[in-house]
Parts: sequence; structure tokens; C-alpha cells
Amino acid sequence: MIRSWFNSGSPWIWLNAAAVSACLIMIAGVLGLIILRGIGHFWPAQVTRFNYQEPDGQQKIIFGEIIDISETPAAAAVISGFQMAESEETLVQYQIKMGNKDITGTDFRWLQERNIEQQDFPADIMVVERREWGNFYGHLVAVKENGKPLASGDNVWPVVQTKIDETLRLYDEINRLEKKEIGAINYQLEQLRLKSRKLELTNKLDAAAKSGIEKEKADLEEQYRQLQTQLKSLYQKIRSASLVAKTDGGAEITIPLAKVVRIYQPNGMNGFQKIGHYFSKLGEFLADDPREANTEGGIFPAIFGTIMMVLIMSVIVTPFGVIAAVYLREYARQGFTTRLIRIAVNNLAGVPSVVYGVFGLGFFVYILGGNIDSLFYPEAAPAPVFGTPGLLWASITLALLTLPVVIVATEEGLARIPKSIREGSLALGATKIETLWRTVLPMASPAIMTGMILAVARAAGEVAPLMMVGVVKLAPTLPLDGNFPFFHLDRKFMHLGFHIYDVGFQSPNVEAARPLVYATALLLVLVIIGLNLAAIIIRNNLREKYRALEG
Amino acid sequence: MSAEQARTHAIDMNSILRGKDNDPGKMEIAIKIENLNLFYGSKQALHNISMEIPKKKVTAYIGPSGCGKSTLLRCINRMNDLVDSARIEGKILLDNENIYDKPVNVAALRRRVGMVFQKPNPFPKSIFENVAYGLRIQGINDKRTLEETVENALRGAALWDEVKERLNDNALGLSGGQQQRLVIARAIAIEPEILLLDEPASALDPISTLKIEELINELKEKYTIVIVTHNMQQAARVSDYTAFMYMGDLIEIGNTSQLFTNPKKKQTEDYITGRYG
Repeated sequence: MIRSWFNSGSPWIWLNAAAVSACLIMIAGVLGLIILRGIGHFWPAQVTRFNYQEPDGQQKIIFGEIIDISETPAAAAVISGFQMAESEETLVQYQIKMGNKDITGTDFRWLQERNIEQQDFPADIMVVERREWGNFYGHLVAVKENGKPLASGDNVWPVVQTKIDETLRLYDEINRLEKKEIGAINYQLEQLRLKSRKLELTNKLDAAAKSGIEKEKADLEEQYRQLQTQLKSLYQKIRSASLVAKTDGGAEITIPLAKVVRIYQPNGMNGFQKIGHYFSKLGEFLADDPREANTEGGIFPAIFGTIMMVLIMSVIVTPFGVIAAVYLREYARQGFTTRLIRIAVNNLAGVPSVVYGVFGLGFFVYILGGNIDSLFYPEAAPAPVFGTPGLLWASITLALLTLPVVIVATEEGLARIPKSIREGSLALGATKIETLWRTVLPMASPAIMTGMILAVARAAGEVAPLMMVGVVKLAPTLPLDGNFPFFHLDRKFMHLGFHIYDVGFQSPNVEAARPLVYATALLLVLVIIGLNLAAIIIRNNLREKYRALEG
Repeated sequence: MSAEQARTHAIDMNSILRGKDNDPGKMEIAIKIENLNLFYGSKQALHNISMEIPKKKVTAYIGPSGCGKSTLLRCINRMNDLVDSARIEGKILLDNENIYDKPVNVAALRRRVGMVFQKPNPFPKSIFENVAYGLRIQGINDKRTLEETVENALRGAALWDEVKERLNDNALGLSGGQQQRLVIARAIAIEPEILLLDEPASALDPISTLKIEELINELKEKYTIVIVTHNMQQAARVSDYTAFMYMGDLIEIGNTSQLFTNPKKKQTEDYITGRYG
């Protein structure tokens, strides 16, 4: 009976089906988790007011968002040091985010459900997102300007809204002046310094050159002074307004509006307002710079850095891989040596990526970069230009890492092109190279694209080697900006994969940053899917065009 | 049959050609093959072949499969260079110049000696670009010249009326017979002197075959044509001269009607009467 069942082959089919389902469940689980946690992060959570009796008997009012609920069996709770009554079977605890870290010292705490006497959601609890110290939860009391009260009582909410909009505009203006304009002046001043140092090194710094440089420098400094006075008045304006708020403990504190990103009352919001809030947070996440050691704000520099690095890598790896594959397949005599080379290339794909990082640091950064510096940038010494980890070296290291993939895919593509097509071209008087360029390579382009897709997928997700050759926690400037020569391949950059690691494990407030980790992971997946989709669409178009292979 | 005999036959055939044409002065020779031996590794595929191919006539190679007729054809435009193990001895003279001499430019040779293969092999490009391919290789990119040449070549290959409305469509959308005529158009677009046809109709249906045969009849006014075929009726229909090959030897060559009605060799007779092959 059992035997005939085995012989029928159905257990084998069941096994196969089970393996496939296991794979699908795992993939769905991974995606489901990061999507669920990642997407929910920006939704405005309700702020609860708890009437809480501390274990020592003290009565307290606590404001906070419920983050997590845990249930511990009574026995385990006793072991942990809780006193449990006979009738209690489980100990239920709420983890809440209380904010006000500057006052209480902690962001989070656990409340025992049995000690909560009452909880409700007052509509006028306000959440203040601050540039420092995280969120503040409390009641709004008054708005002040230059220390004098501007509004208080019932009409204080609209006033604080208009005031905060004004302040944010000022903040943007200050930010633009400092980063863009003053940044550009600093960049030019540095260029001038390098120029004069270069002339000095080559003994060409005569009086005329010197006075020219001095004049330019004086001009820039004059511009700088003007910007400074402008900034000063803006700073005066932005510092004038502040708000007074009452904490859950009843203390009144003053928060300068200059330090505020956003004020909202989540309990009083209707659905549309919540959706609006969600998208404004999402927009901030995608388009802004990070704040507070990367645990708040946006991740735009990391998105930008990831995409830029992948693009530069593709530009480097594709021609290299294709040329190598063409040589191996079309020109090299097929024999022992080519077989050896193929084996070596295939094994290169299996080398742990961190080894590539070490190689990149040792060879590209120190040897190549160091020599480039001493040859072309002597004026910058002792500060390195290319002799330090940066975007270029990261891209080249990953290009090396993904080279085998491109070579193997291209070779397979070349091998699939029928001999009759090559002969047809040669018979028309084309040379071998003309045949390659006009017929064989275009027909192999879908395979080349396949190699590129695999390379991009691998490179975008890589973290370990990047930590050694150019990725940093926080890059002050993007590798692409308005200062000549616009492309700054020597700069360090941010990367989504490293960002996840950094926020998740290296940040001072891991607990607060955890939702951000999921959101960033989701974004990394989306970026990779996006890059791959683009490549796949291009490949399918090429396939359609050169569909001779099916014939 | 020994090599010496084969050579005698070549000379023999020359006298036949001249004699039967009744005008020896007009008989021009396009290609002269002298003592050609070809080896694949250590295996010899062609044995000391000598023959002449007359200009602006159709010469057919017949013989059983594996007799070396395609190999011989591919020697004429040096397609065998692509086979790593192939080694060639002897000469093939084109305008008194040995095409296997060192300084010969192979690409230029192939421009003079065009070739059409057994299976249609259009490029995965538009019909227009397929025909213009050889011209573009030569650096001709002027639009008017290209359009003119493409039209002439397609007319020459009797395909123009069928495709003139869709020159920009992918050539792979054509039928097998159309593809084969497209490939012929592609070959004659670069105006070769000689056209080598390697079993051009063997992959086609009877109607397409008929069209190709009619085309060959028209093309011989302008080109010297060498055709390989395993179909004896086809050789009889289209060729002026026929060469019979067997096991890498050239057995007999002669005027087509003479070879089919009155073969000189027993082997030829056996083959054409169907006793083997």
C-alpha cells in the first residue's frame, strides 16, 4: 500500500510543492513584515492620557503613545520580581513612548495595565516634533514673541500654526543661505587656496598672480560678510518666537519655535488630516536630510548616494565585462588557459564581499588614490583628495565585485548567437570586428542587460565592502551639487544599506529608531526593484527587437 | 580515382567547354582552382581538385552528402577560414590572383564573391537594413544611394513587389522563401562578381523553390553563379555546367545536358541513375 503510494510519485510531488510553498511563505513574510512596519511608521498615533498609580502608590498623569503590549504569565512575572496576586494569571504591560526626553531623561517606559486607573484621548494634547530631544507631548499654553505673550487661552492654536509656518520659512531661508550660498563661497575660497598653493609649489606665484588671487579672495570675503549680516538678522527673527507648554507632570516649559519641525494634535485630527499628515511625513522622509543622529528626518542623501553609486558602477562594469567576455568567447583560442580563466572568473563571484572591501581599501584607496594625490593634487597635501574612501572607489570596488556576473552572462549571450548569422555578415564582406559591432553584440544585448540586472541587484544591497571604501554615517554634502565640476567622485556618500545598519544598531536611541529601520529597509527594496524594473523593461525591448534567437 | 586522373578530367572538360560552345574565344573563365587539397585536422576532405568555372554561367556541384561539394564552395570565398582545424593547399585563382596569398584582403574578397547559405539567415533588422548591410559596412550611408541600391537589389531578387510596402518591418516576419530571396538581394546589393549558392532551396517549399530557380536564371546574365545542390533535377534545370563529386574527389565535369545524358564515368552514371547516393 505504502509502497505503491511511493511508486506513484505523489510523495515526490508533495515534497516539491512543500518546498515551493516554504519559499513563498518566507518571501511573503519578509516583505509583509517590512511593508507593515515600514508603512505604518508615518501614521499619526493617538496620544493616550493615563491615570497611573506607580507601584510605590504615587498617583501620576502620563501622556504617551502605546507602542507595544506584552503579556507575561504570572509565574514568569514573579521570577522577574513582580508581585502577583493569586487571581492574576498574566501580567499585561504597555510600552509607551512618552517623549519629553529633556525633562524625564527617558523616551520610553513600561506601564502595568493593573495600575492604570483610567485612560482617555483628550483632543488638545499636542505633539511637538523638535529638532533636538525628540518629541514633546503636552498642552499648549501660550505663544510668545520676544518674551511677551502673543496669545493664550482658546485662540492660541491658530496663532501657533501661523507662527510655526512663518518660522519654518525662515528656517528654510537660513538653511539655503548657509548650505548653498555660504557653502559655495567656502568651496571657492578653498579652490583659491589650492590654486595659490599650486602656484607656490611650481614657483609660479609671482606678484601679479598673487594680487589677482588676493583680489578674488577679498571679493569672496566681502560677499561672505554680506551673507553673514543677512543671516544675523534672520537668526534674530527666528529666535524671537517661542511657545509655552505644560507637560503631563504639570511643569511649564518654553520651547523656541526655531527648534520645532511640526506641531499637531493627533487625537483631534479627522481622517483627511491624518492622511495629509501621513504624506507630509512621508515626503519629509524621502526628500529631507536626516536629523538627530539619523533617527529622525529624511534619508534623501542615502537614496541619492545608493542610486548614484549603482549607476556609476554599472557604467564601469558593463564595458569591462563585455570586453572581457568578447575576448574570451570570440578571440581567445579555446583551450586549457581559457578554461582556467573561466573557472577563476566564476570563483571570483564567490569571494566574500568584505574581502573586496579590504582589497578596495588597500589597493584603490591607498595605492591608486595615494598616487593620484601625489601626482595631481600635491597642493592639497596633507589632506587627501582621492587617497581616502569615496564614491569613485566604492563604485569601482563594487564593479570588481559584480564583474564575474556580467562576464558570465555576456559569454552565455554570445554563445547563443547562431553561427549562420555571423557567417551571413562575414559573407557580405564584413570583418570580424564589424560583425561583432553591427550584429553579434546588438543581438547579445539582452544577455548583457541580464548581467547588468544581476550586478545592480547585488551591488545595491551590498554593505560590508562599502563601509571600507566610502560610505559614511552622515555625509555633509551630496556627491552632485552646483559647484564646479558638479560631480564630486572623491566625496564620501550615504547608502541605504549602511543607513539601516547604522540606525538599527549604532544610534543612541535604538528603540525610537526601529520603525525607521523598517521604513528604510522597505525603501531599499523599492529602490532595487525600481532599478531592476528599469533594466528589465530595457531588456525586454531589446529582446523584442532581436528575437532571431527563438527561430 | 587518382589525382592525376582528376587533373586530366579538368583539362578534358576545358576542351569540352570550348568545343561545345562552338566559340572558344568567348569562353571566359571566372575562377580557376588548381590542385586544391583541404584537411580538417588529419582528415582530408578534398583531394587535389582542379577545375575552371566559366564566367556568367551557372555551374552546379552535385554529389552525395558529405562528398565535399559545400566544402569546395566555401573555399571560394574563404569561409573555411572560420574553421580552426581547416588547412588548405593549392590555389584558387580569381583574376589570376591566388585568393589564398598572404596579402589578400579577405573582406574585400568576400565582397567580390557573395554567398547564400542553405538556411535563410536574415539579420534581426528591418528588411531595408538587411539589404543595406553590406553597403553600410563599406561606409556608404547616403540615404538616396542606399534607397536606390536596396530597391534595385530587391527587384533583382524578385522580392520588391512583395515587400515594398513594409521595408521597415523586421525581416524575420517574412516567409522562408521570401527570407531566402532577401538574403540573395542582400548578397547582390554589394554587386559581387560571383555568387555562391549553398543548397539555396533545400529548406524551401516547391513554389518558393521554383521562384528561386527562376531567379537564378535571371541572375546569370550579370553574375557567375556556383550552386551546390543535392537535387539532380534542380541541377539539370538551372545549370549550364555540372560537376559531380564523390568522397572529396572531382569525378567528372561537363556540359549539363551532356553529363546527364551521356556521362563519361561509370560512377557518374551510377549516381545519376540512382544506383547510389
